[in-house]
Formats: sequence, structure tokens, C-alpha cells
Amino acid sequence: MAIFVNENTKVLVQGLTGGQGRFHGLRNRDYGTQVVAGVTPGKAGQDVEGIPIYDSVDAAVAATQATASFIAVPPKAAPAAILEAARAGIGLIVCITEGVPAQDEARVFATLQRDFPKARLLGPNCPGIISPGKCNIGITAGEIAALPTKTGPNVGIVSRSGTLTYQALYELKQLNIGVSTCVGIGGDPVPGTSFVDCLAEFQSDPETHAIIMIGEIGGTAEEEAAEFITNHVTKPMSAYIAGVTAPAGKKMGHAGAIVSGGKGTAQGKMDALRNAGVMIGLNPTEACELMSQIVLAL
Amino acid sequence: MDLFEYQGKQYFARYDIAVSAGGVALTVDEAVKQAELAQYPVVIKAQVQVGGRGKAGGIKLANNADEVRTHASNILGMDIKGHVVKRIWVEHASGIAEEYYASFTLDRSAKRHLLMLSAQGGVEIEQVAVTDPTAIVKLYVNPIEGLSLETAQRAVVDARISQKAIDGVAAMLVKLYECFTKGDCDLAEINPLILKPNGEVHALDAKVTLDDNAAFRHPEWDEYRATEELDEREKLAREKNLQYIGLDGTVGIIANGAGLAMSTLDVVNQVGGRAANFLDIGGGANAELMTAALEVINSDTKVKSIFINIFGGITRGDEVAKGIVEAMKRVKLRAPIVIRLDGTNAIEGRAIIANAGIDESRLMSRSTMLDAARVAVDLAGKN
Repeated sequence: MAIFVNENTKVLVQGLTGGQGRFHGLRNRDYGTQVVAGVTPGKAGQDVEGIPIYDSVDAAVAATQATASFIAVPPKAAPAAILEAARAGIGLIVCITEGVPAQDEARVFATLQRDFPKARLLGPNCPGIISPGKCNIGITAGEIAALPTKTGPNVGIVSRSGTLTYQALYELKQLNIGVSTCVGIGGDPVPGTSFVDCLAEFQSDPETHAIIMIGEIGGTAEEEAAEFITNHVTKPMSAYIAGVTAPAGKKMGHAGAIVSGGKGTAQGKMDALRNAGVMIGLNPTEACELMSQIVLAL
Repeated sequence: MDLFEYQGKQYFARYDIAVSAGGVALTVDEAVKQAELAQYPVVIKAQVQVGGRGKAGGIKLANNADEVRTHASNILGMDIKGHVVKRIWVEHASGIAEEYYASFTLDRSAKRHLLMLSAQGGVEIEQVAVTDPTAIVKLYVNPIEGLSLETAQRAVVDARISQKAIDGVAAMLVKLYECFTKGDCDLAEINPLILKPNGEVHALDAKVTLDDNAAFRHPEWDEYRATEELDEREKLAREKNLQYIGLDGTVGIIANGAGLAMSTLDVVNQVGGRAANFLDIGGGANAELMTAALEVINSDTKVKSIFINIFGGITRGDEVAKGIVEAMKRVKLRAPIVIRLDGTNAIEGRAIIANAGIDESRLMSRSTMLDAARVAVDLAGKN
């Protein structure tokens, strides 16, 4: 078991012929992911190291029965690419594109909700998802993720930040803790998938025994997660919130990461999570060490 | 990107939102010229991106050229909460019958657009929210349905805005929504939105924040970029296309990804140091970008050590390493570098650094984020 993906997931890459799509698409395949197709309009019939290219997601799905899409196209093209994948019946859409305008994200989210409620979007501006040993979609270096063990305990990871996701995977590997699934939801203002969505899945996944959550300043996603944890999550958790030292009013790179009007502070988020019973680390290493204590006690 | 009031008004005017006739002035003479064009009486308004201009004496009424000269010379150069006034906006003074508040933002939690509307304008809306929350009407708008005139009218009625202003305010809201969505704003706010004695509805102020991610479809934003108030380090970073925020510590920071960069600041702070900056070189950074990042950090004379914290995903460790070695050939760095490199192509990257023939006292590698932070903070203290 794992959440959102497994060893049977068949992936197509929208933008496989581009620089990022090719590099990461091929790395995903090398990891063992079933990368079955690429989509680039006008390049049907070509291939990228044996992976056939199609003109449209529809054509790629018809030929390969792909179930997930990895989108690696520029910001201008990303909204249309997401909706094309949803229209073609893709169940999991992973969009790594950074720099999509917030108005486009809001429209895409509302369209998916209304017309394609079964399609799950990860991102935009997310690192992707990895179920170690089964499937890796996106830009995570697969070798930094520890395989889950049959008997557990295994940890699920959900994170708003790409690089901190890798950091957590890497730290857990040093501590010899298996990972069931690691989901990067992305740091943009309107992510397709929220902390709450992932926590719900981890809670019902029998292979996941504990959960690490990595948040950051800005917005209220962590506070909403804290409320959900209080009411619905029984698995033990540790967390880290980035941006304790970030000055108010300055956007910290991510479109979403800003403390404004006294809201969205790291302290407020840590307090909310602590009150929900989550153990809080003051840096990523500490959050993973706390997880190690949690796992030892299971 | 935050716009000045006058830019916000010019932006509003593109969407047919009624604003006062006026012009921007950098000198007293220009102010007189603009006043004559706008016709007396005029209001002279300091252009700073901070609230409380009126109380600080940054907004004055002038009935003739002499008064314009007096006020303009007082306001230009004035310091308002640390912001020095470089520009003033001179506009025709409006008669005010009533003052309202209106704004559109994206509510991230609801994932919908949010209209906030109040019959109590001209004051800080945060204050109204505390003292009389029922005075603010909140209306969520589905981004794919948009805002109809009928819905806008209902909101205006709910806000208990005067009968005679209902149609005017509703029409204004539809235009403001258009500006907010098509104009790619993070925030479009009018406070006060006024009803004039003649019954017209009019934007007397403008607060607009643009979504930088949408700049590719707004060539008209270039002129706003030119007036952004950045410090020298931030200007250099902007030219190099880097996400940089100047802070006042002594440890220069370069990291890939906003989360890791924020976390690097946190860790430096925890081990007793202070970061000189936030610098995210983003995903897919190459040698050229790393060189640029080091040039920006090197331009900050407060920096005593540089902590490069890279966890490769889309960013490749070998590219980062090449960039550092390259930069050290091209630029004489004043501070030593402590690097922590993991993830994609990290092994290749570490090999490039080890074989570059650079002295260990200038470029040292550490295997964990905490260790590297300790060494960097230690060096910053020693230098």
C-alpha cells in the first residue's frame, strides 16, 4: 500500500521532449516507475530513449492506458496542460511547473472541482510524489528515499516545500526509517492537493504508521491541518515549520510564503499543531529525530 | 509587486474605474504644472508604500500655485515611517458625500476570490474588522463563474450602502473585479471609495499588488518595475533574476528552494548567528546562476561568511559546484564559503569541489545542514 500511487501506476510525461521533462522523466523511469508515454503536440511518432511521444494526452492514454501525468511544461502552458490531462481521464496529475499565475491556479482548481472531481492535482510548483520502491513521479532524487519495510513502522511525509521534502527523506534514511509515501504539495497559493487531503489518506493507509508534516509561513493550511488532526488523525506525528526568522511583509520566494497582517506566522502554526498533539522540531533534523523517537515507541 | 497609489490609479483607469484627474511630480515645479492641468483645488499626496500618510502630513489641499509650492516642497523628501517621499501625486480635489471600502483578494483557504465591502470607508479596515465585524460584507466569488452585476448589487445592499449609491458601487465592483482578475492582482483595494455630492462613485485611493508570476502577459508592468524601491543588493539580484531579500546579519545565505532557504535562516539563527539575506536560486540552477548569486552576496560588505545549502532535486549538484568554482575564479570573494551539498548529482558536485584546487580555508564542505551552519556562524564571528 501507499497513497495516490503504487507499482501499477502508469505515467505519461507532458513535456517529455523538453529539458526538464526529459531529465526527470528518464530518471523516474530509471527508478523503476512505469513511464509509458510522452506528450508534445506536433511530435507524435518520435520517441525519447524508447518512450513513445503522442500529440495529445487523449492519444497517449488510448495507446498506453496511462493513469497518471507528470507535467513539466512552462508556466504559460501549464493550466491548459492540467485541464487536458483531466479531460483525458487522468486520475493523478503532478505539475512541477514553477511560476503559474495565481489567477490561473484558482481557475484551474475551480474547473477541476466542477468538471473533473475525480482528478487529483498535485502542485503546481511541487516536487512530486514518491512511494519508495514503487513509483516516483517528479523531481525527487529516488535514491535518497528509504524503502518501507513489510512490518513497519513506516512514515508518510507531506510537505509544502520541495527541498525540505528531500531533506526529510534524506534524514529518515540516515535514521533507517522506511517511508510509505512522500507527497510534495507545493508552495503556491492554490495547491491542487492540501495537507488535509494527504493526512486523510495517510490515516487510512495501513502501510503508514506515523506522519511527518513540513509546513512554512503564510496562509492557513497548517492551521487547517491542525484542526483536522485533532478530529481525525490518530497516527503519531512530528512537524517542522520553515520561516521562524522570516521578517513580516517579505515574500520568501514561494508565492505563498509571506507573513502579513500578523497572520501566517511560524509560531502560530507551531502552536496550533502542538495543541493538536504533534511533536514540533525547530529544524528539519530535529523533526526527523522526534520521528525516530516516535517510531521506536511504536 | 506593490504599486504606488498613482500607479494603482493609472491601472484602475485601464479598467474604466473612475479616478481623479491628476499627475505625478518629482519636483515642486512639476507639481505646479500638474496642479494647473488637474485644475484647482488640488490635493497633494505623498507616494509611499506605507499607511498613515495623512497623519504624517503627507496629504495636503492646495487652492493655488503658492500653496502647491509650499506643500510640495514640504512633502518631497519627507520621511514617513522610514519611507522617503520621492514622488507626489497631484489630483483635482473631490467633494465627498460618503466613504466606503471595497477590495478583492484570493482567499487561499476557500480557494475562491473574496470581496470585502463596507459602508465604513476611509479608516483602516483592520480596525473596522475588530470593532464592528458585521460592518464588513464578505462575498466569495467562484473564479470560473465571475461576479455578475446582480450579485454585486446584493452585496452592496447587504453592506447597507446608501440607496442612491447602490447602482454606482455595484458597477464599480464589477469593474474592480475585472481589474483584479484580468489585471492579475493579488490585491485590488479602494479605500475610500467615495460617493460625490453629484451622485458619482469614484476611487479616491488605490492599493494594488500585482502577481509577479503573471508578468509574462503584462508588458505594461515594465514601467512599474522601474520605480520599485529596492536596496542596491536587491537591485543587483533582480537583474540576475534571483529571489533575494536583504537582511542585516553577517552570514550570507544561498539555498535552492524557498523552504530550504527559510530553513537555512532558521538554523543559522538557532546556532547563534544571523543571516545577511534570503537567497533562493530556485529549481534548475546552473553554473551561471550560482556565479550571479555569489556576486550579489559579495556586494554586501556585512557578509563575513557564506553558507551555501543545496539539496538537489531539479537542481543538479555538479552544476552548483561548477558555478562555485567558476565564480571563485571570476570574482575575488571577500568571505569564505561553507557548503553542504546533497541530492541529485551531489557526489559529482563534491568531487568537482574537492578537485578544484581551492584552499580549504576559502571553500569547505560539511555533510549536514547543522554542522555547516555552525562552521559558517563560527567563521562570521571570527572574521
